[in-house]
Amino acid sequence: MARMKFICDAERCIECNGCVTACKAEHDVPWGVNRRRVVTLNDGVPGEKSISVACMHCSDAPCMAVCPVDCFYRTAEGVVLHDKDVCIGCGYCSYACPFGAPQFPSNGTFGLRGKMDKCTFCAGGPEANGSAAENEKYGRNRLSEGKLPACAEMCSTKALLGGDGDVVADIFRTRVLTRGKGSEVWGWGTAYGKPVAGAAPKVTK
Amino acid sequence: MRASTMAALIVVAALAAACGEKPQTASGRKADAQAWDAAKGAYVAQGWKAGDQASWEEQIHNRAQNQNEYTRAPATGK
Repeated sequence: MARMKFICDAERCIECNGCVTACKAEHDVPWGVNRRRVVTLNDGVPGEKSISVACMHCSDAPCMAVCPVDCFYRTAEGVVLHDKDVCIGCGYCSYACPFGAPQFPSNGTFGLRGKMDKCTFCAGGPEANGSAAENEKYGRNRLSEGKLPACAEMCSTKALLGGDGDVVADIFRTRVLTRGKGSEVWGWGTAYGKPVAGAAPKVTK
Repeated sequence: MRASTMAALIVVAALAAACGEKPQTASGRKADAQAWDAAKGAYVAQGWKAGDQASWEEQIHNRAQNQNEYTRAPATGK
């Protein structure tokens, strides 16, 4: 069974925001809501790095854990989705999410905070696949059309990879091995430190 | 006169604001269909069979390889 994941290659991302535009256009995302955005570290400094960030479809999603009305669910492919008919727009998920994925449209006559909106991995919602109701609430369901997320498929430099985690990890690994760099920016070494020859592995208690 | 008309219009607009809201049923979370239960329409990708999980997974796997330029232009040996 495929397990859907995104990987962004910081060595390739050129901060063009094509992924952001593709997402906006594909799902007709309203003003003020950005399901995906490009984050740049050390902006303006030589060697700056950018990555495209959206919902990471966590395996143990904190948004799911904290939602007071249990509106989230995970599909068989590991995509974290939610039911907008159940969501109460409380915003608790936005506090729990480390990536700022949950977005809240400011709609309604009195500027009320709307129901949560986030990246669906182009998998729609609980309404019938490809239905008008699904499209209106969640945008296009590309996965059920046999396609991958528009942001990844539209990425001009193929910095953003989307699909089965094993497949995209293999693609990324091939790149890193071929060019001989790239894993040091975002990856195991950055998160846990580089291994030292002869040193015993660190054990966290 | 003009002020009272304006005030009346504002009150009417405020009262009628909810008329644009769509009815919502207070139900539990709905069950979602599987991704391989294909969406109908002209935009469904060719080359896989709707309702067949293995076929869909193969389609997604092949589609993902479009992101891998090394399958299109093999890397030169270093």
